[in-house]
Amino acid sequence: MTMTDDPATHMGSHRLRREDPALLTGEAQFIDDMSLHGEIWVGIVRSTEAHATILGVDGSAALEIDGVTEVLSGADLAPLWGEGALPCAWPVTDDMRNPAHLPVATSIAKYVGDAVAVVLADSRYAAADGAAAVSVDYDPLPAVVDIEAAVAEGAPLVHEDLGTNESYTWPLIPDPDAVDEAFANAAVVVGERYVQQRLIPAPMEPRGVIAAPGVANGELTLYSATQIPHILKVMTAVTLGIPEHKIRVVAPSVGGGFGCKLNVYAEEILCCALAMDRGVPVRWTESRSEAATATIQGRGQVQHIELAADANGKVQAVRVKLLADMGAYLQLVTPGVPLLGGFLYHGCYDIAHYSFECTSVFTNKTPTDAYRGAGRPEATYAIERAMDSLAVAVGVTPEEIRSRNFIAADAFPYESCAGLIFDSGDYQAVLDKAVEMADLQSVRAEQARRRADGSNRQIGVGFSSYVEMCGLAPSRVLASLNYGAGGWEAATVRVLPTAKVQVITGSTPHGQGHETSWSMIVADKLGIDPDDIEVLHSDTAISPTGLDTYGSRSLSVGGTAVFMATDKVLDKARLIAAHQLEANEDDLEYVDGAFQVKGTPTAAVPFAAIAFAAFTAHDLPDGMEPNLEAHVTYDPPNFTFPNGTHIAVVEVDTDTGNVDIVDYVAVDDCGNQVNPMIVEGQVHGGVLQGAAQALYEDAVYNEDGQIVTVNLGDYLVPSAAEAPIYRVASHVTPSPTNPMGVKGIGEAGTIAATPAVINAVVDALRPTGVTDVTMPASPQTVWRAINEAQGGAS
Amino acid sequence: MIPASFDYEVAESAEHAVSLLAEHGDEAKLLAGGHSLIPMMRFRLATPTVLVDVGRLDDLRYINSDNGTVSIGALTRHSELEHSALLAESAPLLASVAALVGDPSVRHRGTLGGTLAHADPASDLPAAVLALGGTIVARGPGGDREIAATDFFAGYFESALADDEMIVEVRVAASAGGWNYQKFNRRAQDWAIVGVAVAEEGAGVSLVNMGSTPVRASAVEAAVAAGASAADAAAVAAEGLQPPSDLNADADYRRHLARVFTERALKAAGVA
Ligand SMILES: Cc1cc2nc3c(=O)[nH]c(=O)nc-3n(C[C@H](O)[C@H](O)[C@H](O)COP(=O)(O)OP(=O)(O)OC[C@H]3O[C@@H](n4cnc5c(N)ncnc54)[C@H](O)[C@@H]3O)c2cc1C
Repeated sequence: MTMTDDPATHMGSHRLRREDPALLTGEAQFIDDMSLHGEIWVGIVRSTEAHATILGVDGSAALEIDGVTEVLSGADLAPLWGEGALPCAWPVTDDMRNPAHLPVATSIAKYVGDAVAVVLADSRYAAADGAAAVSVDYDPLPAVVDIEAAVAEGAPLVHEDLGTNESYTWPLIPDPDAVDEAFANAAVVVGERYVQQRLIPAPMEPRGVIAAPGVANGELTLYSATQIPHILKVMTAVTLGIPEHKIRVVAPSVGGGFGCKLNVYAEEILCCALAMDRGVPVRWTESRSEAATATIQGRGQVQHIELAADANGKVQAVRVKLLADMGAYLQLVTPGVPLLGGFLYHGCYDIAHYSFECTSVFTNKTPTDAYRGAGRPEATYAIERAMDSLAVAVGVTPEEIRSRNFIAADAFPYESCAGLIFDSGDYQAVLDKAVEMADLQSVRAEQARRRADGSNRQIGVGFSSYVEMCGLAPSRVLASLNYGAGGWEAATVRVLPTAKVQVITGSTPHGQGHETSWSMIVADKLGIDPDDIEVLHSDTAISPTGLDTYGSRSLSVGGTAVFMATDKVLDKARLIAAHQLEANEDDLEYVDGAFQVKGTPTAAVPFAAIAFAAFTAHDLPDGMEPNLEAHVTYDPPNFTFPNGTHIAVVEVDTDTGNVDIVDYVAVDDCGNQVNPMIVEGQVHGGVLQGAAQALYEDAVYNEDGQIVTVNLGDYLVPSAAEAPIYRVASHVTPSPTNPMGVKGIGEAGTIAATPAVINAVVDALRPTGVTDVTMPASPQTVWRAINEAQGGAS
Repeated sequence: MIPASFDYEVAESAEHAVSLLAEHGDEAKLLAGGHSLIPMMRFRLATPTVLVDVGRLDDLRYINSDNGTVSIGALTRHSELEHSALLAESAPLLASVAALVGDPSVRHRGTLGGTLAHADPASDLPAAVLALGGTIVARGPGGDREIAATDFFAGYFESALADDEMIVEVRVAASAGGWNYQKFNRRAQDWAIVGVAVAEEGAGVSLVNMGSTPVRASAVEAAVAAGASAADAAAVAAEGLQPPSDLNADADYRRHLARVFTERALKAAGVA
């Protein structure tokens, strides 16, 4: 199948996003734009202590505030959820420790931001004032903040009853002896320790919830700024014991998620429980400062990676030990995040032996969970940083060390040492293209000149070659990982009597542009205009079946379901056309939106005529059901494996430590592209988000477990002004896994950019003796690294 | 975050604003561009019960130059300073500093009077006015008084203004000598981690975010006056200062940055 800029087809064209006019004009409705008759507002009192016994909650001052109607402690609320605790859907090992996680804490607050009491009020203002006026009496307990300290002998415990701060240990070591042998025989061993700081996801729209009861019939409609209305529906039913068929979940316009809205949150369960109990709509809108601790954070790992290589730098084995910060509780997929990286620490290299072990650790901090890339950026960072160290040890360039180790283009399908089957790729071709675009020769010549001059503006080049597993996920593989759901996706294509089309998708866009892309897919197959296709989603009453949007799965799984459902529609249409033409269906071809007998355009039945015939049902083949509609649930046979090479060129001001990204080249292979404009957009945003981890963002906690970065003045999300001028290209190897040959691009930029930027910074600083910098590489951090390397004052 | 509740009054004139201030005492605050006050209110660091909106006093939005003195109305927006041809000629330091404040939307709301009255040691324009040896004209119930910029900044977010005074005008001498502004920050929209303003080829040097107020680097000025090189003069930039420590920079690093950027600013302003 080809996708080109041929104007006759839409796939492959830079079609503008149909979502944007409503977003740009403010017509799009987000949670906070809605209001329901009789609604009451929830204000949440959040723990100001990282770890403390709650001695008492005094709401008397709050109740004096105009509009505040009730103050409820965790104990007051407990009967509303009974045994139901917030769900963790991924018990990665049978013996994983998963402490009960109530929406509002009853006796012990376990992190700053933990909900400890609730105020009900008639307005958001009163709810906020009320929450601020509640006084909570805390008896502080020692806080566990640092993950390495958390596993040390005698560390205080986050959950006293567990007797340990460890949640689980998950090993993936197919052949331990072979790994040991490879290290014993290695000519070169590289061993590194990296810290993945915690990140605050910070989507444009914080979270928001409205739970609206249907009192007469025991119904509940939950509006939530969520990525996962379908999963949320099941989990709300299970958690609160509300019959699932009585629950409808709607995600209105959602202003980004990056994984942080892939969850079932306390506020969702709380609002639902209160709405059912009180019989009125109950709502809550998160403030930006609240989001810093009430919404999950990303990353939070300490990584130890070792490579065993021969004298030429060919790697024989990789060994990884990971400490992963779970935070105080396990949210929906918290424990699974490190595993998503756990299969990829060998990167895009043909390495024979693999050893990965993750120990996950509780701390008195906000729970972590999926954040753009989820495990894979961390894995890519470790292997790509370590490969650069290996290049230095062996004395070759970063591109050479990569070339010596790449999985060869003719090795696909390739079975990795971690047990995955990689679908397709040509990693060397991708790297070659990136090298050419970056004009490496002149950059290195300039670098050499500045090094020779001792310039205070040093240049560095950083590579990052990555491969990721996307298209989550084959349901059977998820089963083998103990994940609590499948990985399929559903789609319905419904042809209306007037030949307009509704596409109903189970994936849930929150900024990605599904409506545009799905309409392009269907338009090309049906030979109609994309504007004649409506894409419906994100409401379980309209799209009852689905598994939502995360893990770069929408196109390769959800889009494939749409593609296949359209095929099914065409199959039926073909039968109707054959009936009308009194021809054999095998003799028909579909050309420009009409069925015709092969080579005979004069006798053609246009799509519109078939649509109408299916509707009237006056003259359908014997036994055929009326109407033209098809539903498909697609379970992918494998993951997809997008890959690429990114090259960052940075300039470091060695007087101040300031880092500027002066050039950024990204060559990605995400398989075939439906809309290259959307692909580029994903790369641009993803790269900046990855560069943000490298240079700007850090959820800073002090030693008492107090978070310091609670607003966007202190938590440095970069803006367009900080973005490099991206130079983006692609190299396409279609994925054989699905009929469109697509792979996924939602996380690629974030995965690739962090190590590319840090490798570039370290390369720039090489003359100063610096071999590593901690993230984020802030000016002060870089300046100190230089001073320390030079033995000077720090 | 949500501000505490407050009353809102629109001032018809500077005199009206001053009388409203006198009426409500220290419960009241002037609202100009709102780009410092409203964030403070949202974090509840400020909880005025009355806001007196002076943002519509368009007669206080002007830039004039007369007899070697540049006069600027207090409600002049940063973007107006940035784009003024007159200022580019008569006080180019002010225009170029204004262009580095925040981002375009901040510059279209924020006012010169507001940023001076706010007296944030990390703000850019106060340091520029200080380096230029400017004068601040304050109107109170008893009329106008002139306050030298060197006397204006009293402490951390504190100015010499009385509760019932309003800045109406800022005056600086038209400048001819070499000037430069160095602003060091991590994102374009952020306040300076450290900033250095140089006016009149080093006769006026001031520092941003190096203490509890914008500060004159008198040691540097003296060194330049005595003929020191840019590097030697810059070496004393942090002398006697107690800069703050925060997530971006601790005090030592700030002192280092002050020296680095003072040298760069002096050189750019023509000091060898
Ligand atoms: C995102 C963001 C980024 C920013 N970045 C920068 C930056 O990089 N550099 C920088 O210098 N600033 C920055 N600012 C601040 C901006 O410049 C402010 O606008 C300015 O500091 C205050 O001016 P204002 O007119 O908005 O004052 P307001 O916020 O309206 O008022 C500030 C204070 O001054 C008082 N006041 C206002 N006008 C007068 C007057 N005429 N007489 C007496 N008192 C008065 C008010 O009562 C209040 O106490 C930023 C602001 C934001 C929101």
